[in-house]
Amino acid sequence: MTRSHEPLLRVSDLTMMYGDRVGCRNVSFELRPGEVLGIVGESGSGKSTLLRSISAQQEPTKGTVEYHTRIDGIRDIYQMSEAQRRLLMRTDWAFVHQNARDGLRMNVSAGANIGERLMAVGDRHYGNIRNAAENWLDKVEIATERLDDLPSTFSGGMQQRLQIARNLVTSPRLVFMDEPTGGLDVSVQARLLDLLRGLVHDLNLAVIIVTHDLAVARLLSHRLMVMQRGEVIESGLTDQVLDDPQHAYTQLLVSSILQN
Amino acid sequence: MYVAVKGGERAINNAHRLLAEKRRGDRDVAEIETSQIEQQLSLSVTRVMAEGSLYDRDLAALAIKQGRGDLIEAIFLMRAYRTTLPRFAFSKPVKTAEMDIARRISATFKDLPGGQILGPTFDYTHRLLDFTLMANGEEPATAHTADHPVDETMPRVLDDLLNYEGLIQDEPNPTNDDAPVADLTREAVKFPADRDLRLQNLARGDEGFVLALGYSTQRGYANSHAFVGEIRYGSVAVEIEPEELGFAIDIGDIELTECETVNKFKGSKTKLPQFTRGYGLVFGQNERKAISMALVDRAMRAREMGEQVMGPAQDEEFVMEHSDNVQATGFVEHIKLPHYVDFQGELELVRRMRAEVLERLAKADAADAENARSQPEAAE
Amino acid sequence: MEQTVNNPLEASSAYNFAYLDEQTKRMIRRALLKAVAIPGYQVPFAGREMPMPYGWGTGGVQVTAAVIGPDDTLKVIDQGADDTTNAVSIRQFFAKTANVATTEKTAEASIIQTRHRIPEKELREDQILVYQVPIPEPLRFLEPRETETRKMHALEEYGLMHVKLYEDISRHGHIATTYAYPVMVDDRYVMDPSPTPKFDNPKMDMMAALQLFGAGREKRIYALPPYTKVKSLDFEDHPFEVQSWKDECGMCGATDSYLDEVILDDKGNRMFVCSDTDYCSERQDAGHRGPQHHDQPLGTSHSNGKAAE
Repeated sequence: MTRSHEPLLRVSDLTMMYGDRVGCRNVSFELRPGEVLGIVGESGSGKSTLLRSISAQQEPTKGTVEYHTRIDGIRDIYQMSEAQRRLLMRTDWAFVHQNARDGLRMNVSAGANIGERLMAVGDRHYGNIRNAAENWLDKVEIATERLDDLPSTFSGGMQQRLQIARNLVTSPRLVFMDEPTGGLDVSVQARLLDLLRGLVHDLNLAVIIVTHDLAVARLLSHRLMVMQRGEVIESGLTDQVLDDPQHAYTQLLVSSILQN
Repeated sequence: MYVAVKGGERAINNAHRLLAEKRRGDRDVAEIETSQIEQQLSLSVTRVMAEGSLYDRDLAALAIKQGRGDLIEAIFLMRAYRTTLPRFAFSKPVKTAEMDIARRISATFKDLPGGQILGPTFDYTHRLLDFTLMANGEEPATAHTADHPVDETMPRVLDDLLNYEGLIQDEPNPTNDDAPVADLTREAVKFPADRDLRLQNLARGDEGFVLALGYSTQRGYANSHAFVGEIRYGSVAVEIEPEELGFAIDIGDIELTECETVNKFKGSKTKLPQFTRGYGLVFGQNERKAISMALVDRAMRAREMGEQVMGPAQDEEFVMEHSDNVQATGFVEHIKLPHYVDFQGELELVRRMRAEVLERLAKADAADAENARSQPEAAE
Repeated sequence: MEQTVNNPLEASSAYNFAYLDEQTKRMIRRALLKAVAIPGYQVPFAGREMPMPYGWGTGGVQVTAAVIGPDDTLKVIDQGADDTTNAVSIRQFFAKTANVATTEKTAEASIIQTRHRIPEKELREDQILVYQVPIPEPLRFLEPRETETRKMHALEEYGLMHVKLYEDISRHGHIATTYAYPVMVDDRYVMDPSPTPKFDNPKMDMMAALQLFGAGREKRIYALPPYTKVKSLDFEDHPFEVQSWKDECGMCGATDSYLDEVILDDKGNRMFVCSDTDYCSERQDAGHRGPQHHDQPLGTSHSNGKAAE
């Protein structure tokens, strides 16, 4: 795995308030190319709020999110123009939603779902777009005969894999994932995790993955951040955090998994 | 044989004549006078004035007559007339607090300063057809007038009674009466829209549409539970202040119905809870419209109140883009205009696609037959 | 001309030249100037209520009212024809309120208001073509929210438009949009050409006449100044194509015009005639004949024997 020392993403002192209520507070971290960071915590711990703020979907109350763009170097994403930010979001970034329906266009075919990003950046050759879509279906282990089928005819696991293909077709460098295996059967989860692991490794993707499932976090992430009540209470290498948790809350989280 | 259709002009003129004849109906029956409409169908008249955005009882009566009683047609006629009128002055905000009250009720207090004044209302009538009206029955009894007049300064439930304790949110009360007010008949609407524009849109909006939306807020498609704090109906003076005079002059009275709702409260452990408000104002006596408008006004304040938008009544784009019955009826009915050029395009395409499919099927059949011939035993 | 029934517009002199008051016309002209300055961009304007219903050409009527002068000659077509009911109604409206000359001849008109067609005859620099537009937003059926579509135009995010064309091809083998076929204007804005058949799209490209588009209910105006580049959206390997017919016009024999289908009986017999009535009659006047023309010499056979009865 190639890891540059230059960070791809730098989050500094990020705080999100909803009136008097804390969404998340004083979060800082860096992410390098090809690195997978897991954010774990119970629901309401602020991990989804944090993800929304980092992924340019909700401007934080305080703090900065800087990204190393391909062309202009390090840029504060909230200082960019909306046009630049939206371009970044549909080319160099990807967002995998928990519910595939939020990340797919359910009324157009699988091929069109995958092709949309290509067409958005100016690809105008139908045959090439179709070939790319077919390749990606294959990569995410969906039979290429399904290219012209609507996602609504797909199973939950297939929809999730289609969402991943749709996102990765423009070769993004950073992928945000919000509980990507939530709501899927255990066996389907395992297959999806396996696929994700392979893609992350082969494409050298940097990933920020939010999950409440420590097993998912252990399988995918290199590093882990544990959140409670909007704050990061512990972070470190995944094995280190899960095998030797320092904070009482992390210990509780880990032991509750073991007991299950 | 085919002759290109000509004579559309003559057909239209004849259609117009027939329409005029239908409007008149049986000539043995006396022609209705607009003054009769103005007096005896007064709620139709006020609805046409409200949604036509023009307060002129005589013109509204004429529009109803011309539109054969179709109120949306009458509203359309009013609007088309209104749009040509020059604006020579803008009125001062009318003072509903100083309304000459014909009816005033509150659902939040049993008894209250100023009292519950029922006035003319269908509310407690039994909905039984009164056949004496059909038989051109006797003159109705004249109503008794009260022994004493209503309070001249009838206190307002929300502003004077609830707000006294700070129990209800303050309305932004522009200190400057001359502050500009949006006008969607003069400027293009842009979203997000401010409340003045939203209220104007609702005041002109179709009564049925606003009613249905208001109703939907009561059935869970918004969460803004409402009480009718106060409804008042009566007449107010309209004043203008010509620049050269420097003081306001009264140019006449108009009848209005005003509804203020008291809605679910906001607050927290640290912030004092307060009720919120919705507001409805409409020409003439129309409580259905005024209440509905207040419900939808409150629902559309979701953004300002930090509420999650979960129903169509809270979605200002949805509400404002679809409330206007003149726009809606025009567009809905326009699909009866000829579309044969476009349809021709579709026809040609469908035929071509059918031909392509048939061709493919024929090819496949031929190939199957060919296969069957070359491998006669394979099927065993 | 026919005696007409009582018309309130005639009965009252309370109405202005071309119906609208001068302030309103100025407002519309300002919007038109902006639209011409930014070809293909939809300019919001404070559309007025007109005495005809929304969806029946109020946008086109307002634009025409704002640009028409007493010396203009107006032609109004609907479906390519001058004598369709709505065209007659609009022409009468301007004849009464503006007292202008009207014509059915494309070449004689200085302003042509149209619904659903562009005349077959090439337009000139001294002519204005006014389109009636029902839904000005080409992205509307892909994205219903105005706030979002305006952003998409502002940021040139037109990928979604091609998603629709992609779907057409994958489902039908070719692009299945036959009218209101989206175009790219001057390499910048995606524009709805109004529900004209795609047959007419190439005429918009580099047209000598000024093209103005009015959408009354949606309160938008947009424009194509003379000689503006207009390209129909397509894929490199699935290029834009216009409709073509195997038949010719039954009356004038034209093979280069948009043809309407006319059902002759309930036995499936039909013929085709030019949708552009002026084009067709001009050709007939010049001696061109189609197979179903009634003074076709006897003995000239055509596929449909019944049509001659």
